[in-house]
Amino acid sequence: MRGGVILRFVALLGLAAPLCDMSRAAAQAGPHDRVPHQAWSFEGPLGRFDLSAVQRGYAVYAQVCSACHGMKSMTYGDLAATGLTMEQVGRIAATQQVPGGVDAQGDPVTRAATPADHFRDPFANPAAAAAANNGVAPPDQSRLALVYPGGPDRIYAVLTGYREPPAAYRPSHAGAVYNPYASGREIAMPPPLRDGQVVYTDGTPATTAQEARDVTTFLAWVAQPHLEARHRLGAQVVLYLLFLAVLAFLLKRRLWSDVH
Amino acid sequence: MTDAGSRDRPDEQEKAGLVPWLDARLPVVSAFRREYVDYRTPRNLNGLWNFGAILTVVLLVMLATGIFLAVNYTPTAAGAFASIEAIDRQLPSGWLLRSIHVTGASMFLAALYIHLFRGLYYGSYKAPREVLWLTGLVLLAMVMLTAFAGYVLPWGQMSYWGADVAGKAVDAIPGVGPWLEHFLQGGDAPGDVSLHRFFILHMVLAFAVLGVVGIHVAALHVTGSNNPLGIEPRGAGDTLPFHPYYTSKDALGLILFALLFAVVVFFLPDVVFEAENFRPANPLHTPADIEPEWYFLPFYGILQSVPSKFGGLLASVGAILVLFLVPWLDRSPIRSARFRPLYRACMGVLVVCFVLLGFVGRHHAQGGWMIAGRIAVVYYFAHFLVLLPLSARTERGIVLPDGIAGAGRRGA
Repeated sequence: MRGGVILRFVALLGLAAPLCDMSRAAAQAGPHDRVPHQAWSFEGPLGRFDLSAVQRGYAVYAQVCSACHGMKSMTYGDLAATGLTMEQVGRIAATQQVPGGVDAQGDPVTRAATPADHFRDPFANPAAAAAANNGVAPPDQSRLALVYPGGPDRIYAVLTGYREPPAAYRPSHAGAVYNPYASGREIAMPPPLRDGQVVYTDGTPATTAQEARDVTTFLAWVAQPHLEARHRLGAQVVLYLLFLAVLAFLLKRRLWSDVH
Repeated sequence: MTDAGSRDRPDEQEKAGLVPWLDARLPVVSAFRREYVDYRTPRNLNGLWNFGAILTVVLLVMLATGIFLAVNYTPTAAGAFASIEAIDRQLPSGWLLRSIHVTGASMFLAALYIHLFRGLYYGSYKAPREVLWLTGLVLLAMVMLTAFAGYVLPWGQMSYWGADVAGKAVDAIPGVGPWLEHFLQGGDAPGDVSLHRFFILHMVLAFAVLGVVGIHVAALHVTGSNNPLGIEPRGAGDTLPFHPYYTSKDALGLILFALLFAVVVFFLPDVVFEAENFRPANPLHTPADIEPEWYFLPFYGILQSVPSKFGGLLASVGAILVLFLVPWLDRSPIRSARFRPLYRACMGVLVVCFVLLGFVGRHHAQGGWMIAGRIAVVYYFAHFLVLLPLSARTERGIVLPDGIAGAGRRGA
């Protein structure tokens, strides 16, 4: 019996192994200052998104980030899940011009986007993106909050972390900017946000910190748009299975009562 | 219409109805009754015997979700990543299907390892269950290949570079290596052709696994289950009908397993989704840390602990091949490790070494991990090739229980 217990324990250890040192990914790449933790509503097992912040964050993305960063996995229709009506989504899509095939002469034309269209890519191809940005192509933001080491905390820290460089700092390449939270404390993106840069329709004061917070929330939502549905469904499924497990346990015990 | 005929044979008229009619022509109903209702099963099976049923159900879940993913998937280097993103974002409940499928792969392998080590511990591979053991190992190899092919399909960074590392490992085989690598990949590096091949391989193997599971279960029902005491049932008192005893026990095990499954799917997806794989494959940018899925880590650890590349490949393939010899390496007539003190201690060390090799693989066998890895590799092979054959000699004067029922009463 004891061997069985040990075997079971070791098997559990094996199962738990991938859970260990998960933060390792955050430690790689160049050195940077320690990233302060922010409180986000989408953290934790029951986290959910503040949809008004996600909508404001889309405004920041549309008015600032989208000039350089693509988000090609997203369609305009996906924005309906931020609480917008399909009519509002249709209006947002219509403000964007996307490639629309060719005209009768065979020349490429553009057309207004529809909700089924993917977000417009700011550059025709990665080479054009790199050429326009001092040789560093701005990363696609569809999953940035998941793949960027440090996640939303670090995105927020980088966006609000631009400051006067120390005297010893020399840019390693043209266009590089000092930022203590970027890897190697240097980033190719010039400070993207400043106070009052974005017009919020809900009257929220557009400070740099507010813009950074909103766009980080938006990026986190884009990276995991089904987080809230996942958590809600998960709670229901787990509760149901717990209830079922109790019933199955009672049934099993009763059926086996004449054996033991 | 059959009235005239039926009146001529009154004995058949008594058993009228569709079910007896079908059963007389194709005995599915009576076969089901024989194999899943009345089927005699040892009365002392513990929770570790639940994993066979769990694996069957997880396989069916994988096939069901896999078919829906496949019809929405594009097996081209240009379209694969985007089609996975579309499944995750735009396909209704696509995120759920994919999450279940990806989590299912990990849960399947976890259950498979438990099933395998249970068989080793209780001697389930011994006569007359050798064919059962061998078909199980064939399944292990097929499932690993299926899982690997499936992991390449999303065509993220880890998919691409994982395929690349596997290609390079094949390349290390002397002589045929480079040819074989080229044949499998359809080029010098993973690309369109390899993706298409892996997709077909993944689908074909998945259904082939289902077929071999059928053979595995058929072999089980010929010999019957082994049990924690490792002695054959000596009569009706030692066994129970499968239903309702083991149907109720398997149901409880399945629900508990589903609970764990659901917690990972809904609350801990980071455990099974590698963040780096959300970046599209980029042949020009090697990730800092290429690492296989956790279920390959012990074999990756063996691969990296052995100094020579080809030697490492031989050792990690050998680690599975040696399992095929176990029924003939083990000369002891006693099955269960409960009555084999030395073998039981050795099994504990084996499991520790296997988990340790996983960590070695995770740390790329660097520094102290290299030494630990080499010791674990040596133990792994010594366990099967030296300790297992010799342990039989230490087992003298061991008295096995008379019967399962009697042993149960004494133990309680």
